[in-house]
Amino acid sequence: MKSVEEMRKVNHMEYMEGMEEISSDIMNKVINEINITDFDTFTKEDVIRALNSEEKSVEDFKALLSPAAIPYLEDMARLATKETRKHFGNSIYLFTPLYISNYCENYCIYCGFNCYNKIKRAKLTFEDIKKEMKAIAKTGIEEILILTGESRKMSDVEYIGKSCEIAKKYFKNVGVEVYPMNSDEYRYLHEHGADFVTVFQETYNSDKYETLHLMGHKRIFPYRFNAQERALIGGMRGVAFAALLGLDDFRKDALATGLHAYLLQRKYPHAEISFSCPRLRPIINNDKINPKDVHEPQLLQVMCAYRLFMPFAGLTISTREREGFRDNVIGMCATKISAGVSTGIGSHTEDIDEKGDDQFEICDDRSLEEVLGAIKDKGLQPVMNDYVYIQ
Amino acid sequence: MNKENDKLLIGGKKFNSRFILGSGKYDLNLIDAAIKYAGAEIITLALRRANTVKGENILDFIPKGVTLLPNTSGARNAKEAVRIAKLSRELGCGDFIKIEVIHESKYLLPDNYETIKATEELAKDGFTVMPYMYPDLNAARDMINAGAACVMPLASPIGSNKGLSTKEFIRVLINEIDVPVIVDAGLGKPSEACEVMEMGADAVMVNTAVATAKDIPLMAGAFKNAIDAGRKAYLAGLGRVIEDGAVSSSPLTGFLRD
Repeated sequence: MKSVEEMRKVNHMEYMEGMEEISSDIMNKVINEINITDFDTFTKEDVIRALNSEEKSVEDFKALLSPAAIPYLEDMARLATKETRKHFGNSIYLFTPLYISNYCENYCIYCGFNCYNKIKRAKLTFEDIKKEMKAIAKTGIEEILILTGESRKMSDVEYIGKSCEIAKKYFKNVGVEVYPMNSDEYRYLHEHGADFVTVFQETYNSDKYETLHLMGHKRIFPYRFNAQERALIGGMRGVAFAALLGLDDFRKDALATGLHAYLLQRKYPHAEISFSCPRLRPIINNDKINPKDVHEPQLLQVMCAYRLFMPFAGLTISTREREGFRDNVIGMCATKISAGVSTGIGSHTEDIDEKGDDQFEICDDRSLEEVLGAIKDKGLQPVMNDYVYIQ
Repeated sequence: MNKENDKLLIGGKKFNSRFILGSGKYDLNLIDAAIKYAGAEIITLALRRANTVKGENILDFIPKGVTLLPNTSGARNAKEAVRIAKLSRELGCGDFIKIEVIHESKYLLPDNYETIKATEELAKDGFTVMPYMYPDLNAARDMINAGAACVMPLASPIGSNKGLSTKEFIRVLINEIDVPVIVDAGLGKPSEACEVMEMGADAVMVNTAVATAKDIPLMAGAFKNAIDAGRKAYLAGLGRVIEDGAVSSSPLTGFLRD
């Protein structure tokens, strides 16, 4: 095993061989903006002004993410509900993620899949993928998100492409959450049926990023940052963004996530934009360890701020969160919810021999039927699909 | 935003004034006074009217130091607009060009499609292209991609003095477009110019509302003050508004835990 010092010799800001470099100034703009922002300078007045402005500016977005906005969470929730209903009506979209491989070449110190964790590794065969998809499709789900650990060796682009092709037979919509790739590879996946790409930047603080991602392609910060843009260049319909809130200053990470999406949407006006809001669970009752912990109010603040800043963007609520939280944020700021989730490999069907361990523990393990019931109980309308894939 | 050093930037050139004044429809002898009262640094000029019947040349009436913005009015398609632009450069009117392509004589609405084509050709030829347009976001983006230095959406049909009838669409352009948005055509009153500047428009272009006023220089001054006021209000950031209405007694955030 290499020492940490050895691993950290790889410059995380330099592209590795084979990584496509596109010309884009978005990363520098985002980094510059988070560097000049001090959230403690925002006042109550800034928050009230932001709440009142019709089109939320970048400054308004910052005010809404600042500590000064916490006392106005109820107002933010009310405004967010209005915006969500205005743009999405009563619709709540459903999907199921499917993990097809958990092999990983990255060493991300916070992740269950990282290459030094001694977990049971597995990769589904195409036959197993069919079985799993068939089982998921039988529940009524029409949108699937295909996930892999980040190993080009064990799950190469052809393997993912073939999986997308199989998915197209069972589902109307196929998204991928896999390792960042070059635009021609995204084009290949698009040609095989995928049209939405999710990449989590984890943290936008490149110094912090460097200390968390010690090995593998994921170590290269700018290559990951520009993944969504390469996906759009490759012909994808939409892209999703997220920071793993709590890894670093979550306010800055939320600001960067929002700006990243905002600037990309301005550059590619046709792109569909979506946010996810994963968080590291804080250690309860000990704010001294990490005063920037993301508790439920802070998480809701971030979600409402995303909604108000980009009212037309999709927002997915993670199964990491408990049922009571998820059920209350749909229709308020979240527009998409997963159901029937397992983060393990081969867990949707009984007769798969090579099963692999989970990436993380989920908090809401309700079946699709139960989630559908909860959506309807709130007077909302579950929607399985809202897009016709045209290649 | 630097409030102390607030300049309008078009094609690499900086302007203090955000009032672009038209020179048509009024006596050439009044141009000097109108420019002075308006504080205008850019004045438009219809190339097709560059010589009057009496043999007077409008160019002789425009004071030095003012940037000439010749327009292509009279052009019915991109080809004609390009030709007029090139003629204007030959005549020494500079590289600024406002593209107007109109082939409809009732409302005089601009043809965005032909305007995009002319923009592309003239921008490639080194012109600073300022396209007059119907406020359509997709067309505006196409014009910018074609090399436009700004966009000039209409507020109402040209010469109508009907005010901000395209307000919501101009707001969309202001929100989404990174080059200056100069509201052109249809504004009838200084208060309307003020409103659009408050919304965040970068500049306003007025001709008929000034030209048809009883006192032309006085109205030019009124527009100047209105545009300045609107700009300052925009930079200052509008104050807060307290919404009326009761606050829900069962809070939406009551479900939150640690």
